[in-house]
Amino acid sequence: MLLRTLSLGAMLALAPALLAQTPEERGLAIAVEGDARDQGYVDSTANMKMILRNRAGKESVRNVRIKSLEVEGDGDKSLSIFDEPADVKGTTSLTWSHSDKPDEQWLYLPALKRVKRISSKNKSGPFMGSEFAFEDIGSQEVDKYTYKYLRDEEINSVPTFVVERYPTDKNSGYKKQVVWIEQDRYLALKIEFYDRKDSLLKTLEASDFTQYLDKFWRAAKLEMTNHQSGKSTTLEFSGYQFQTGLKSSDFSKNALKKQK
Amino acid sequence: MLERYAHWIVRFRWLALLISLLVVGALASGGRFLSLTNDYEVFFGESNPQLAAFKNLQDIYTKNDNALIMLEPKDGVVFSTETLQAITELTDAAWSTPYSTRVDSLSNFQYTYAEEDDLTVEDLIEDPASLSEEELSKIQDTAMAQPLLVNRLLSPAADVTGVNISFELPTENADKVPFEIMDYLDAVLADIESKYPNIETTRTGVVPMNKAFAESSMRDIKTLIPTAFAIILLGFMLLTRSFWGTVGALAVMLMSIAAAMGTAGWMGIVLTPPSANAPTLILTLAVADCVHYLVTFFQQLRSGKDKFSSIRESIRVNFNPIFLTSVTTAIGFLSMNFSDSPPFHDLGTITAIGVFYAFLLSIFFLPALTAVLPIKAPAVRSREKAGFMEKLANFSINYRKVLFPVVGLLIVGLIAMIPRNELNDEFVKYFDDSIEFRQDTDQIGEKLTGMYFVDYSLDSQIESGINTPEYLNQLEAFEQWLEEQPEVLHVNSVSETFRRLNKNMHGDDEAYYKLPEDKELAAQYLLLYEMSLPYGLDLNNQINIDKSATRLTATLRNLSTKDTLAFENRAQEWMTNNTPDLESAGSSPTIMFSHISKRNINSMLTGTVIALVLISLILLVSLRSVKYGLLSLIPNLVPAGMAFGIWAIFNGQVGLSVSVVIAMTLGIVVDDTIHFLSKYLRAKREQGLGTEAAIRYAFTTVGEALLITTIILTAGFMILAQSSFSLNADMGLMTAITICLALFIDFLFLPALLIWLDKGKQDDLTDGAVVPAT
Repeated sequence: MLLRTLSLGAMLALAPALLAQTPEERGLAIAVEGDARDQGYVDSTANMKMILRNRAGKESVRNVRIKSLEVEGDGDKSLSIFDEPADVKGTTSLTWSHSDKPDEQWLYLPALKRVKRISSKNKSGPFMGSEFAFEDIGSQEVDKYTYKYLRDEEINSVPTFVVERYPTDKNSGYKKQVVWIEQDRYLALKIEFYDRKDSLLKTLEASDFTQYLDKFWRAAKLEMTNHQSGKSTTLEFSGYQFQTGLKSSDFSKNALKKQK
Repeated sequence: MLERYAHWIVRFRWLALLISLLVVGALASGGRFLSLTNDYEVFFGESNPQLAAFKNLQDIYTKNDNALIMLEPKDGVVFSTETLQAITELTDAAWSTPYSTRVDSLSNFQYTYAEEDDLTVEDLIEDPASLSEEELSKIQDTAMAQPLLVNRLLSPAADVTGVNISFELPTENADKVPFEIMDYLDAVLADIESKYPNIETTRTGVVPMNKAFAESSMRDIKTLIPTAFAIILLGFMLLTRSFWGTVGALAVMLMSIAAAMGTAGWMGIVLTPPSANAPTLILTLAVADCVHYLVTFFQQLRSGKDKFSSIRESIRVNFNPIFLTSVTTAIGFLSMNFSDSPPFHDLGTITAIGVFYAFLLSIFFLPALTAVLPIKAPAVRSREKAGFMEKLANFSINYRKVLFPVVGLLIVGLIAMIPRNELNDEFVKYFDDSIEFRQDTDQIGEKLTGMYFVDYSLDSQIESGINTPEYLNQLEAFEQWLEEQPEVLHVNSVSETFRRLNKNMHGDDEAYYKLPEDKELAAQYLLLYEMSLPYGLDLNNQINIDKSATRLTATLRNLSTKDTLAFENRAQEWMTNNTPDLESAGSSPTIMFSHISKRNINSMLTGTVIALVLISLILLVSLRSVKYGLLSLIPNLVPAGMAFGIWAIFNGQVGLSVSVVIAMTLGIVVDDTIHFLSKYLRAKREQGLGTEAAIRYAFTTVGEALLITTIILTAGFMILAQSSFSLNADMGLMTAITICLALFIDFLFLPALLIWLDKGKQDDLTDGAVVPAT
């Protein structure tokens, strides 16, 4: 009886807050909070190991180094330098994410010694043959989606917010994504990707989070499973470094050729 | 023992009826688990190597399940604003098809070109409404120059075009999936056609075919089974002239079928076009049991006995013969379990079960039913038919010196024709012209592209090996060789993508329309290209994950099995001589179906031999003579041999189903032999008649019954021959021919053979090993 009164009281106390916010507003608020908590990392570098698996369980490995630069008031910039397989060693991609217009992207091909621009529309294709699309790996700007808060839920007894988000870019490969965001640290633990016909296509699970500089949380492992093709890809991150002194000029088209 | 059983049935007739209904009801309730399959893969056993190879290939790349929609503008112009609008609209709608993973069309073809120093990758057609005449013709020129489009999604005359949808079909609720997909597409296409009256659409592919399998089964169930019931009941009524007798037979047939199909449900059998026809077979085969029981019963009634003693006598007289013929028939059908193709296991098993139930029902349920029905002996028949039989006997005996060599030569001549049969399993032709899938597929085959293809997974065996010049050169050599083959309509290979990219990366210079000569260059082109591809149009369907192998698809014209195998053998030989590093077997449904008849014949050989040995042993025991047991092999085997000879003359195409006919008919035609020889031997042994007199006795006692059962069986199988599914139709026709020939041999050849064998002997009871009666 006491318990019931208490919970009723708690509900009454919360009610005005709940009423004041539509599910859309609440979803957006969660996204904004998550984004805010990652502000100020300045720059970072890391090694990414990509393990591709086909339906029969056969594996293939790729190695990429990643450098990111925080940009005030716009999307982040990033460089991906391919180390393996050997025949694409030295190939480097540069991405400028934007919050208000399509991302820009270039690729440097060492065999041709040329920089090539990549069509801005085609960011939903697979990244290096993996189950990750460019748009899954790229910087997750708040403005790239609209949001809708669904419910609270526990994953492995960790309380999360479940938020649906809808890509604003018409060239996105997805109709929607459902994101499980840890309430405590505002980290996306799990994302379900629904294809254009609104069928579940892939599930991403993030784990092994480590905190850097007492603030920034990064997952050491991302596991993407494609439910339709039976294929999967694991990303393993290591050697995270923050505030290494990277400059904006390191993320220019001209700098692409100089990457090693 | 039998006497006591017969008494029990009559005394506890109501209990017997109740037990029958309860047991049949319980068995039949399994029918709720029955479903119709619609997956062509069911024709292949788990261990089928061609299926395993194809599944393996699909595991490495992507699944091949597809639906191909052909758009045909009535004015014959694909590159018009209206048609391009229709293509774009259909392409967009197709992405929302349930379970679809990819859509390929003229509009979303990823056109690549150099723009200053950049590689541009974009849809070939965007916003068609805004295109000028000049732009339309430029797009047409571009499209017609794409080897990946022409003969695949675009006809060489640019008068029809295709939209191909690829699927990952779920395994749950698999029987509903093709309907769900096709319902969606039908609605989309109806919408397109009403919006663009100039456009006509047709569709083919694996998904429409899978739906056609289910539809074909449904159609057989809805049309053939009721027809079979109607014709056989009418025949039964005419022949027995007994209303209540026909009601009894109908009850036995219905209950046998219900119980057998229900048992199939309990066993978890999923119906396929062949096994969906088990009811027709059970119905046809159950008739004979009822005929035997009722004929004796009426004879007894007419001879003045009361109903109950007539029933008892009929049980006594018929129990063993019905049991024996049911066992041999069941053995014949069970031997179909040796087939390489699971649907025929099911057809054989369900029919054998049905035959067994029919036996039980006709000696348990039918006597009890006749005991409670107001059944009377029908009016005595005229003696005409018996007179006819006597005439026939005299004919066979008197003209034996002519019949023996003439029929003998006919037999040898027809059997000599057997090798002229050609194995052919063109799965599209399994469906006859009345099925929409067949019409559409033929039309698309004529105007756009073929339904048959062969996939090759060409493996370099090393990671990233596909980027090496050595690999690419061999791939291109094979691609070019294939393109020169008359059987090949289209080749889809990544070598074309590499050539195109090399050109694009050199400012669209035609001189560079060739393979990159450097491994790093090839790898980096590919990486750039892959990164430039939009959602769903990636290369995962052509390149494996570690880039060690690629899939090359050769689309073929409509080819017979023989030509397909000849093509594949030539391809293998060419690879051994020219591209030994990439040698790999072709794999596809076409290849699977091309091997299935041969595999099936080989596997059925074992089944047929086992059935033959078992059935011959049963004959030996029942005839109590090794000599006549061995002699019976001639009337048992020769009819099927002759039927294959006739088939060679009039058809000449032997498919999957015809290869199970020998074993299946063996169990049926053996019944004629049992009846004829046992009467012949009884006359010799019990009445001490001479050979000719014994033959006359056999003719007059069982001749009519044999004629009637042959007519009924032929009618039943001829109904099956009307199926729109050629595997069923061919099996029905072939079986009907075999059954008629069996009677022909029994009536016109066997007497001459017996006279020749037993020449001068009045009594042969002393020769051979006599097996005591059991």
